[in-house]
Amino acid sequence: MSARSTRWRQPSVLPGFGLSFGFTLAWLTLIVLIPLATIFLKAAGLGWSEFLAVGFSPRAMAAYQLSFGTAAAAGLVNAVFGLIVAWVLVRFDFTGKQVVSALVDLPFALPTAVAGIALTALYTPEGWIGQFLEPLGIKVAFTWIGITIALVFIGLPFVVRSVEPVLADLGREVEEAAATLGATRWQTFTRVIFPAIGPALLTGFALAFARGVGEYGSVIFISGNMPGRTEIAPLLIVTQLEQYAYAGATAIAVVMMLASFAVLLLINLIQAASRWRMGA
Amino acid sequence: MIHLRGITKQFGDYPALHGIDLDVAPGEFIALLGPSGSGKTTLLRIIAGLEFQDSGTVLLGGEDVSRTPVADRHVGFVFQHYALFRHMTVADNVAFGLSVRRGKHRIAKAARQARAEELLRLVQLEGLGSRYPGQLSGGQRQRVALARALAIEPRLLLLDEPFGALDAKVRKDLRRWLRDLHKAMGLTSIFVTHDQEEALELADRVVVMSQGRIEQIGAPDAVYMNPETPFVSHFVGETNRLPASGGEIHFRPHEITVTPDGSEAVLVDNVFRKGAVWRAEGLLEGSGQFVELDLPSSQDAPRLGQTIRFNPHRARMFNADGDHTQGDLP
Repeated sequence: MSARSTRWRQPSVLPGFGLSFGFTLAWLTLIVLIPLATIFLKAAGLGWSEFLAVGFSPRAMAAYQLSFGTAAAAGLVNAVFGLIVAWVLVRFDFTGKQVVSALVDLPFALPTAVAGIALTALYTPEGWIGQFLEPLGIKVAFTWIGITIALVFIGLPFVVRSVEPVLADLGREVEEAAATLGATRWQTFTRVIFPAIGPALLTGFALAFARGVGEYGSVIFISGNMPGRTEIAPLLIVTQLEQYAYAGATAIAVVMMLASFAVLLLINLIQAASRWRMGA
Repeated sequence: MIHLRGITKQFGDYPALHGIDLDVAPGEFIALLGPSGSGKTTLLRIIAGLEFQDSGTVLLGGEDVSRTPVADRHVGFVFQHYALFRHMTVADNVAFGLSVRRGKHRIAKAARQARAEELLRLVQLEGLGSRYPGQLSGGQRQRVALARALAIEPRLLLLDEPFGALDAKVRKDLRRWLRDLHKAMGLTSIFVTHDQEEALELADRVVVMSQGRIEQIGAPDAVYMNPETPFVSHFVGETNRLPASGGEIHFRPHEITVTPDGSEAVLVDNVFRKGAVWRAEGLLEGSGQFVELDLPSSQDAPRLGQTIRFNPHRARMFNADGDHTQGDLP
């Protein structure tokens, strides 16, 4: 009834664009832009040459490389295996499906430090898994591999939850249609399923990547934190803060933020292009 | 062309098909007609290889394909909701079956495109090859799906409720068009429908199914005029049922003669125009059975509250023991 009584003001079924868009902008400003702007302000206090010296020091550069590199690697691993998990959850019914589905979300709920400690215990040379890798010459804990594993753990839900609804929407029929036309399973995957869920997979990758870049709690235990080698950028910021070098910390934060924003913007542009191409 | 022998299928505890036998001659147009849950779609999917029977054999053109995967059966399949590839152009959709061929069966891209264009002309969508499915209407999408299925030159065309998602006008046009196409191509085809009108209009033979069994197979006229079971009688066409000793008497709304000394009388409680006739509905005097009668619309419409006396002039008697008789009544 209330919808009916307000209808004379809003002839469209969707609430007014002006109002909702204004709200969106105000909300984003309050929650995202203002806090981020203060970081820029703080960093601006450094002056240009000092900003470059701190923000692009060799130690900082190594940390960026490690953070973005491991986040991208973890995002790719999650894209592949998260897709398989999502496919199984969508296409098959099995006992314990709800349990598996809940397990996928667990990395969201777990304090990241707990995950970090557990993974470190597993992958040190004396750990359950580490002891088998050690003789093979593979060191996981306290290397970039360990960091990647921690980021894979915390990023898994992003890919699964992004791809799942799109895969469900795509429907079994499309796969069946491809099969009736003579396509092998592999052809069906590469030419029918993958292009259709590509944008969602990219979203999942972007979210997992973004989370990985900013991740702190689970990584610091397994990384070993050796400056220039296994020190991630967020840790470098915390280190600066502990030395009361607030401006230096914000300089590194600004560089990270701009780089992350550039990557996310690129991914969004690719998605917009693919949506446009599908005529949706 | 197709020989099905003793096909059974069970989904969990639910028996979907109980021993289906069916033979289809080359070039025939067959309708699988039945309500939802009758097993008609399951049977179609078993013929395609999208589902596998628990027991029984499927022969296509003399070859036992009972365990052959769908990709190797060479059967065209059209889905109710089109199942087009949204990220491909219409032309790429149509050419998909040719583009996935491997080894010595590979076809050059130019030849594939030419073939796709030819098929789009066949389904009257020439010039739309570069569009995406999202930019087409429902009827156009279904024709793309048909062209895509025909592109692989299937030995058999299977259609699952092909008009189910379309509105009435488009459905009627597409129906006529599909019948003409079948006449021109002579491709053995089976379609599934729950719409008896569609089955009677299109098919050479109608297979009426109910609860996983075939109730009757016959030409549309035979199925309509001489239903062999009470189910077929009331599922195909409209039927009035009168209780009788030892069974039921069925007659169609038009199989009556109105006469003042008729043995049955109905008190009319609803009248409307149904195409070329008046449809009068009401309860029979005595038994209180609901009946529908068709009266010529060249006469005045029956009035509400009027009593019409009539005799069924043609009817079928279904005995409780499964026997039936039918014919003209005096």
